[in-house]
Amino acid sequence: MTIKFTQDHEYIRIEGQTGIVGITAYAQEQLGDIVFVELPAIGKTVKKGDETAVVESVKAASEIYAPVGGTIEAVNEALGAEPAMVNQDPLGTGWMYQIHIGDPSELDGLMDEAAYADFIK
Amino acid sequence: MADTSPQDLKTVPLNDVHVALGGRMVPFGGYSLPVQYPTGIITEHKWTREHAGLFDVSHMGPSFLLLNEKSGDPDADHAAIAALVEPLICGDIKGLKPGQIRYTLLLNETGGALDDLMIARPADPAWAGSLYIVVNAGTKDADFARIAAASAGKATLNRADNCALLALQGPDAVAVLSSIIPEVAELGFMTYRSFPWNGTVLVIARSGYTGEDGFEILVEPEHAKAFWDALALDGRVKPIGLGARDSLRLEAGLPLYGHDLDETISPTEAGLNFAVSKRRREAADFPGAARILKEYGGELSRVRVGLLVDGAPAREGAEILDASGAVIGKVTSGGFSPSLSRAIALGFVPPDHAAVGTKLSVSVRGRSQSAEVAALPFVPHRYYRKPV
Repeated sequence: MTIKFTQDHEYIRIEGQTGIVGITAYAQEQLGDIVFVELPAIGKTVKKGDETAVVESVKAASEIYAPVGGTIEAVNEALGAEPAMVNQDPLGTGWMYQIHIGDPSELDGLMDEAAYADFIK
Repeated sequence: MADTSPQDLKTVPLNDVHVALGGRMVPFGGYSLPVQYPTGIITEHKWTREHAGLFDVSHMGPSFLLLNEKSGDPDADHAAIAALVEPLICGDIKGLKPGQIRYTLLLNETGGALDDLMIARPADPAWAGSLYIVVNAGTKDADFARIAAASAGKATLNRADNCALLALQGPDAVAVLSSIIPEVAELGFMTYRSFPWNGTVLVIARSGYTGEDGFEILVEPEHAKAFWDALALDGRVKPIGLGARDSLRLEAGLPLYGHDLDETISPTEAGLNFAVSKRRREAADFPGAARILKEYGGELSRVRVGLLVDGAPAREGAEILDASGAVIGKVTSGGFSPSLSRAIALGFVPPDHAAVGTKLSVSVRGRSQSAEVAALPFVPHRYYRKPV
């Protein structure tokens, strides 16, 4: 199992052909208290870089882009009642959606953990 | 303000304090100010509603307007200074009692709001013939120029915007501040006085923009840190950033200049009829009186309403739609209410869609979400009412 990161602070946790997408600890820290998360429709096909979700803090709305293209397989419905899980556990219970990865080669352009840690320095 | 590069930003006297506290500093009205501290906006917001929040609002524009030649008769001197500012605004300043503060609006010739501001008459007869005036950050240079021009040769405007202006707001505010200066407990809502403290003089008003009881305190810059520390030492006090100030003010249903008020919006449209004083209405002697009095009589094309919004927050600029889907207005302030745990907004709609309970909708990212006109304020005001 590997995890990769985008320059827009999304992560994708890769488990075979499936990726679990959310925002990084750094991103939630920057956004502050998250009060609403808009999730994509299950079954929707997206291209890499498409807007897939929106997270709203008290102050503003921020778009979440697809780290890779594919089909949305599942979304984290629990965020409807508890959007603050994104603040509390962004890489765990605060995940946003699961995507069936269309073209695994698209993952090659993303950063690994060490590169991302360096990127946010 | 978006174009302001960090090096152009002014800093407030307590800048180092905010940085040391971990405040996230952002551009705000031309100043670098904390939008939040590490605990975050929701925690800060709730703390203010339950205890006492300490805000730095030094970006605002406090000032004193002083009559050049006083007659020595306090009432005559007050009338003389009031007569200099009244032609710019819709409030009755002449009728202020000593120590009383009035919320009013600077208007253009067509009755649009150039700013909303506080004007106060000093309590001490020795200071009769002067006014304490506090304007908004974004408009302060223009406001000060306007006031100075209107009173040129007769009065002098002394800016005090190099000072620190702090707000202490919340149910514990009076207990906290009166532990340092016992006499502040005697102040009524919308009154002010000067108090000696540790070798300086504090100008303390019982006022604020959160809907809570509280105080706004003007401190000379060299004494600002000592005074901040004296308040912050109290366990009931936490520093609160401007993010929570905005969510508190939105819940309180109070308009924010540049958003819910601008030079096209009249006080009547904004739901601020109380700020158009009776004496001024009867005399019809304020800028834009023809329009405002017509609106006062019921001829209005739009009014400010509160909206309870289902789902995602509807931000400034979101379209408001009627039941048939026609666009009837726009959101001017919107966000998430930490007290109500839901989205709320202020916006303008035609009067026939303004009744509390009217079902409307708002367009958020191209999708329609239901909304309902709500009574303002969203969260009840808890201003101090002096026992009679």
